[in-house]
Parts: sequence; structure tokens; C-alpha cells
Amino acid sequence: MATRLQFENNCEVGVFSKLTNAYCLVAIGGSENFYSAFESELADVIPIVKTSLGGTRIIGRLCAGNKNGLLVPHTTTDQELQHLRNSLPDQVVVQRIEERLSALGNCIACNDHVALAHTDLDKETEEIIADVLGVEVFRQTIAGNILVGSYCALSNRGGIVHPHTSVEDLDELSTLLQVPLVAGTVNRGSEVIGAGMTVNDWTAFCGSDTTATELSVIDSIFKLREAQPSSIVDEMRKSLIDTYV
Amino acid sequence: MSALMDQDSSGMFKVQQTIGSVVCCKCGVPMPPNAANMCVNCLRSEFDITEGLQKSIQIFYCPECGCYLQPPKTWIKAQWESRDLLSFCIKRLKNLNKVRLKNAEFVWTEPHSKRIKVKLTVQAEVLNGAVLEQSYPVEYTVRDNLCESCSRFQANPDQWVASVQLRQHVSHRRSFFYLEQLILRHDAASRAVRIKQVHQGIDFFFGNKSHADSFVDFLSKVVPIEYRQDKQLVSHDVKSSLYNYKYTYSVKICPICREDLICLPSKVSSSLGNLGPLVVCTKVSDRITLLDPRTLRCAFLDARQYWRSGFQSALTSRQLVKYSVFYVEPPVGEATVGGQKYALSYVLIARESDIGKMLTVQTHLGHILKTGDQALGYDIYGANVNDDEMDEYRLHGRLPEAILIKKCYDKERERKKGKPRAFTTKKLPMEMDESRGGRGVDPGKMENEYEEFLRDLEENPELRFNISLYKNKDYQESDETASMTDGEGAPTVPIEELLAELELSEEGEGDGEDDMDE
Repeated sequence: MATRLQFENNCEVGVFSKLTNAYCLVAIGGSENFYSAFESELADVIPIVKTSLGGTRIIGRLCAGNKNGLLVPHTTTDQELQHLRNSLPDQVVVQRIEERLSALGNCIACNDHVALAHTDLDKETEEIIADVLGVEVFRQTIAGNILVGSYCALSNRGGIVHPHTSVEDLDELSTLLQVPLVAGTVNRGSEVIGAGMTVNDWTAFCGSDTTATELSVIDSIFKLREAQPSSIVDEMRKSLIDTYV
Repeated sequence: MSALMDQDSSGMFKVQQTIGSVVCCKCGVPMPPNAANMCVNCLRSEFDITEGLQKSIQIFYCPECGCYLQPPKTWIKAQWESRDLLSFCIKRLKNLNKVRLKNAEFVWTEPHSKRIKVKLTVQAEVLNGAVLEQSYPVEYTVRDNLCESCSRFQANPDQWVASVQLRQHVSHRRSFFYLEQLILRHDAASRAVRIKQVHQGIDFFFGNKSHADSFVDFLSKVVPIEYRQDKQLVSHDVKSSLYNYKYTYSVKICPICREDLICLPSKVSSSLGNLGPLVVCTKVSDRITLLDPRTLRCAFLDARQYWRSGFQSALTSRQLVKYSVFYVEPPVGEATVGGQKYALSYVLIARESDIGKMLTVQTHLGHILKTGDQALGYDIYGANVNDDEMDEYRLHGRLPEAILIKKCYDKERERKKGKPRAFTTKKLPMEMDESRGGRGVDPGKMENEYEEFLRDLEENPELRFNISLYKNKDYQESDETASMTDGEGAPTVPIEELLAELELSEEGEGDGEDDMDE
């Protein structure tokens, strides 16, 4: 079930948080509302860690991770690294990588099995990703954009990509990622989906500008309504979803 | 995956891209993705690009002249639902530069509803690059308001601002007939408010000083004139220092006419290279052409040169008398002056009224006179001229006894008496001067003069040069040919020179053959 929230009156939730199946990172905000929203959903299931990366609050865009590991950029300070290592579960490997493209959240989109990477990423970085996150890495573009992390939101069950993605591209990506994909928008027609929302296998968080239509698309593609009566889901699928692989 | 591969011009394989469809983020209807990711209806409901644009406006219309007011002062003439009206309506809208105008068209309204409806289609950019197009109607309320010139005209229809008083101090009106035809041909008096015929002249009234100016300009090009301009204060606005004047041009046409006999003052004669004291005026355009019948030499005087000396003619065409030609000697000299051929020869003539007395005179008409012809000329021997110089010459015996001016076609005209001419002329809308009872023009005299003028036109092709003559519908071709068999006919206007009048009938007969000029 997708939740709508705001970080300090900003709807770009994916910028200020990182959600995976094993943990959740949130930025340090002025008020506790952001943190409480996450807590109310995830409290007993996974740890929610308040952190900053390199002194900034845009942690969602700087780091990339899944249940196996977390990659942070070279701008991360030692204290932050230590804090993360302490707070996250032991099976999650936290690795700082030296990469020219330091906004890893914009360059890498991953779930627990497969990852899409920026085409200009270093070879070593690619190897580290494969190693630390335990995924298969594919260098791809989405609708002609190289910042794959910004323009798609990925979970183990499905994904949303940039709305201008052509049908052929959608097919290709779907085959690579082995999950159903849909071209859609978030936050009232915003194309930057990775920054607008964050998702894991059972829950998703979107900006409060997200319309009901967008929310239902998110719910259906990420299969967040499994607990709901399936007839509604099926009906909506027919009217909304175009491509399934 | 069977993607369609195309080979483009650079030899690279390009995968064909099919645009997928997304759902509109607001209403959920599937649509191709656009910059706003909202369907058109949702965009329209969200953003109104016509906000802040004028939707109703008032315009002023003058019912007399059909003009619309563009403030502060210009009146633009436009027809109902024309392109001019459309561009005028669009110009009146403010703020239209904020959006891009794509299309504008009229929506039909009843003409007497006093409303004009225009449907405008505008484009504007909304929300990160998406361009939205919207059409909306604008309603114009038309209010009647007489424009300045119409209201002035309504208040006083005879109002004029400038007048041209054209005068020629001679006893006949031939020049005015000719001028009238010239004016008609060139449409010079089309903007005159009134035209009035007075003794020895014509008055033209204009609503605008510049119209009068251009009319006087035109006159100076066709006849030698001298003019002066005066103005009279009508009203005066103290606060803005605006002065309203009535302007009057007093124009004098040179009194020398065609076929006049002139005795040149000695000063003028010597300045023209000792041109014989007696000269004949052969042509008057913007210059006077003087021909010495004894030496066949010509001189040209333009308006300024003439008015410097200001001599009068000694004998005018009123004083022409008929002579019979008995014998024409072969020409001793020939000359071509200004397109006209002349031949100098001696002829034996006698006055019709005094056949017994034979004279041998020199004439310049040697090329057209033959034995048995009649000619018109001046009887200098018997003339009573009030001219000191001429008397002096007479004393010294240096004057000829008679000078022939032109050939007379009266005998030939006898045959055609009563039959209509092949051509007609148009007339200017002139008012007669009824106010001066005693000096009013005699209609019979006018007719005679006009008849003479028409005869003049027939005889002289060069006079017809700048004039439009129209085909006479009543004229029958057959009559003419019948009389031609009797021998040489009187000169007439060849039919190629006549214009057919423009008739706006159902057959749509247009202008006939144009003037094929010599």
C-alpha cells in the first residue's frame, strides 16, 4: 500500500530516503514527521536509520543499495560510514567507492537480483557493484537518459520507468530485469520517478502531489495490494497496464 | 525480440521506436506521453491561458462613411467581415502579445445586432514545455459615432477649405472646354466638393488644401498659368494655437489662345531672335508655341517668360474671315515644327465678301491648300487693332495684307448637317452661375462655341492627344460611308481613337479599344 508524504514540504521523497527490503535510510529533517511516517509503516520489520552522507541530506540520490549491501560515495565521512556500519544489520555490507560519478543513487538502479548502471561508470565500480550487491549489472539508458537511477524506481516485483520510454525499450528492459515494467509518472506528472518515490517489496512511499491515478498504477505494478480482493486489482490492470512480460 | 531494423543514411542500424502510452496522471485515461504527462482536458481544466485576455471590447463606427475608429484619431475604412476589419479588431485587443495567436475568424452575427464576434485560437506554454492551444470568442460592441469629417459635412455640406479660381480674360470659352476634357481624362477634379462656372472662368472648391495644391500643380502642367495664394482666418483656438484657414488660389490662364494673331513687342521679338513681329500661336500646352508664318520659325514661351512681358493678342479667332483660294504656287520652303509640317508658298486669294479684290499673300499652309479650297484667315489690311506697334509697322508697310490660319471645311460639313457625330464627350458636373443675372452666359452662344470646339477636335489630331472621346451609341456607320463616296469628306475622328463607355450591365461589357495614339 503506497503512502503519500512530504519531507519539509517537498514532494521528492526519493531524494531524502532510501528504502530496501532489509533497511531504510532517512535524512535528518527539521521535524520528526518524515521519520514517523516511515516508522509507522516499517517499525518492527526493518531498521530505520537517520543519517547524512557527506554532510548532505540528499542521501537517496547519493547511495545505492539492496538487501545485500550499500554503496556510498567517496564524499561520505568516516563518522557517517561508521554510523551506518553500526546501525545496519550485519549481513549488509557497507562499502565506500571511489567513483567520479558520486551520485550513485542517480547512476544505479537496483533490486536484489539485477541492477541498471550509468553507461559511463568505471569498470571497477561495476565489479564492486556486482560483488557487494550481489547483482547482475547492465549498462542501459532509459528513454535516452543515462541517469538510470533517477528515471526509474525498481523493486523485486516490478518497476516504473520514464513516461517517454518507447515500447521497444520497455520490452528490452523488461527482459533484462525480468520484472514487469510500466511507463508512468509520479508527483502529478513528474518524470523523475526515482527521485519522487521510494519502494521495496511490500510498501512504497510517494510525494504528496501524487494523484490517485498514479498511486493506483504504483500499487498495481509493484503488487502492493496483494492482500486486497483481487477483483479490483484485475480490473485496474486491464484498464491501466499496457505491457507485461 | 524482433525489433524492426532500419538502415538510415549514415549506414547505422536504428531500432524503430514506437511511442508507448501512459495514463494521464489526473484522470487515468491512456494517452501518449507529453511534457506535462496530463491529458489535454486535464491540462485545460488546470491552466486557462486565456486568463487576463480581453473578451469584450467596444469599438466605434461611423455609419456615413463606414469607418471604424482607431483611437485617438484615425478612422479606418473596412467592410463588414473583411480582412481589414479582422486585423483592426485584433489590433484593438490588449495583452495579446503574451500568447501566440494561431488563428482568428469571424463568427456570424446579425449585422444590425451591433455585435461582432471573433473566435481567436491562441497558443501558450504551460508547465515545463507543454504548449496548450485554446480558442475563445471575443465580443465587440459596435457603437455608432459620426467621424469628424462626416459630422463637419453634415453640419454644413457646402463647407470648403480651399478654392481654386480659374480665370482667362478672353471673350470665348474654348480653353475651358479643352481644359474640362483634360481634367476629366486625368481625374484631377475628382476630389472637388463643388465646381461652379462663372463669367470668364471656373471655380473649384476642395475640402482639403493639399487637394487644391495638387489641382493647381496639374493645371500648371497643362496650361501656362500664373497664380497667387491667399488665406483667410476662419477660427482660432487660443489654447492650442490651432488656426483654421480658408485658402484661395487665384489662377490666371495666359490669354493667348490657339490661332491667335499676335504682334510681338519689339523687346520680345528681339529676345526671341528677331521673330517677325506678326506671329501665329499654333499650340498652347504648358508652353505657348509661336510660329512666324513668313519664315516658318517657331518659338516657345513658357508661363514665366510670357508673364514677364504679358503681351496680348492682336486678333483672335472671332475675327477670322473666309477667303477663297484661287491658285497655290508650289512651295518654296518646307519645315516641320513640333510634329507639324508646314510649307511656305504664295497663294492667290480673295475675301469671300469681296471676291473682286485678289491678293497674293505668303502662307504657311502650302501643304494643305489647293485651288478651290476655302480658308480662314485674318484680314490685317482691314482690321482695326488697338496696338501702337502694329500701327507703326503698318506705316512702314511691313505688314502683309492677310494671313491664312486654317483650311475651312464648311462645304463638306454641309453634307453632314444634322447627322450626329461619331463621338461624344463627357462633361464635368458644373453649376451655372445664376447669381449674376445680367452677365449670365447665353445658352445659345454656349452651344455654338461648343460646336466649334468639337469641330476643332475633329480637325486637329494633336488636340485629341490627351482627351478621352467616347463612341456615340446613336451613330450609324452606314451614313458615313454613303457620304464618303461624294468625294473628300470633312475630317472626322477615326474610330480607333474612340473609347467605348464602361457599361455596368448584365452582359458585363468592358472598356472597348483603348486610344491607339498617333
